[in-house]
Parts: sequence; structure tokens; C-alpha cells
Amino acid sequence: MVDQSAVGRCFTPVTARVEPGRLRYFLNTLGEQNPVYRDADAARASGSAGTPVPPTYLFCLEMMDVDDPFEMFTALEVDLARVLHGEQSFVYHAPVLVGDTLTFRPCVTSVTDKKGGAMTLIGIRCEVTNQDGVHVADTARTIVVRNEVAS
Amino acid sequence: MTETGDIKTGDRIVHKVFPPITRHTLALYCGASGDHNPIHVDIDFARAAGFPDVFAHGMLVMACLGQALTDAVPPSKLRAFATRFVAITQLGARLTCEGTVTELFAEHGERRARLALITRDERGEVKLDGSAVIAL
Repeated sequence: MVDQSAVGRCFTPVTARVEPGRLRYFLNTLGEQNPVYRDADAARASGSAGTPVPPTYLFCLEMMDVDDPFEMFTALEVDLARVLHGEQSFVYHAPVLVGDTLTFRPCVTSVTDKKGGAMTLIGIRCEVTNQDGVHVADTARTIVVRNEVAS
Repeated sequence: MTETGDIKTGDRIVHKVFPPITRHTLALYCGASGDHNPIHVDIDFARAAGFPDVFAHGMLVMACLGQALTDAVPPSKLRAFATRFVAITQLGARLTCEGTVTELFAEHGERRARLALITRDERGEVKLDGSAVIAL
């Protein structure tokens, strides 16, 4: 079971390029028709300096470009089949645009037992910077682990 | 697109209904998002983990909510976006995403609004409960 010793652990930073083709696949999967994501003129008219990415896409970029997307679960000895996503947040400090190269630095910030040990909540925060060193966003997620409880 | 200058507390500025979530959507999203957890696409894996079937990625549902949000507010005006995943979203779910203005305030030298966001399925069951901060 994950315990307090996990707090403060950081994982391999991930560098991800915001590629137009992969973004288009994401947009098509979601049926996203908003021209701000597909048309440079529409993007500029909406106040973006280039083509922006959808609000949750940072989460995808981190997972797509990591060598082992489940490194954290392996390192913490968490079974993937017992994991659920509890909470997710994004704070946006500066624009993220197609063509950017982003670096994600995920760290464990909290471990909390719930329901008498039936569940463990793992808090992970991730700072995101771009190719110019600009701190563009912070993401945070809470992972719920359904523990095996002796009956 | 909403004229953000006219926004007032209580206004529902986000509202979008999505088509049913299919197995095909889950397979595409697996590749599109980089989230390759088999629990969302491999029924054998899902059953072994104690679930009756595969189910939607929480982040797929949040992506729908994000889409509804940026239909109303340009991405360049979004300052924060957060959700709690309240319940698992099943195959076939028809999601409705809504957002209502709860507060107008000033922060970092700009006028901002806080929105309460909610995503429900066709039976009215809450799937996501969230919030966003936008610049006006």
C-alpha cells in the first residue's frame, strides 16, 4: 500500500511537443468543431497568438510523450486495475500553442487513507513550462486506489 | 460565443449536449489522449478488475465539459478549470454539460468570473462537478 514515504517523490520529467496532427486526432475523437482550434484566423480573432489547445489537452500531452505512462504506479507499486481518477485541475498562467515544446514535472504531494484504508488518495502536482522557460500551467490530479481489504 | 462584458451572477453561459459514448469513442480516445489503461477498452481486463464492462475515461468526460466551456469562452480567457469525478460514466451515456456564473471578482489586474460546472448523463446522474475561472 502507498504510504507517506511517497510524498515528495518526483518522477521523470516529460518533454512533449504540441504537434498539429496529434491535436487534430484528439479534436476529431471529441467531435470538436470549434474553429479556434482548427483555423489560424479564427484563433487570432479569439485572442490567441497561435492555435490554442483544448483545456484538458495538457493531461494528454504528458501521457502521450512519457516513455512509461504508468511509471508512477509501478514505482508506487499500485495495480493499474485498482486506480480511478478522483479529481483533476488545471491553472493556466500563459498560452499553450501548437508548435510549443512543454516540460512536465510531476511530484506526489499527498497520500491520504480513506474509509478505514479501503481507499488511498494520491495527490500529484505537475508544473508545466514551455521552450522559453515560461511557467505556462500547473496541473493537479487525485488518484483513487481501491485497496484490497481483508474480509 | 458569449459577450463576456454582460455576464452577471446566475447566468447559465455553458450548455452542450453530446452524442452517446460508444466503444469506438473509447478506443479512439485511448490513442488520442495517450491514456492506454486497458480498463477503458479491454472488457476482459475490466471484468477481471471487478467492473461489468469497460467505462469512459474520466478525462474524456472532462474533455467534453472543456469543449462546452470553450464554446462559450475563448481558450485565451480560461484561467482555471477543475473537476471532481463523481461517478463512473458508462457506455451509451448521453452527457449534458452546463456552467453557471457564481461570482464576479478582480484578480491579477483583470475582471474575472467563477463558473460552477456540472456534467450529467441522460438520467440526470451527476458525473462531474467542477468549476472554472474566466477572464472577462
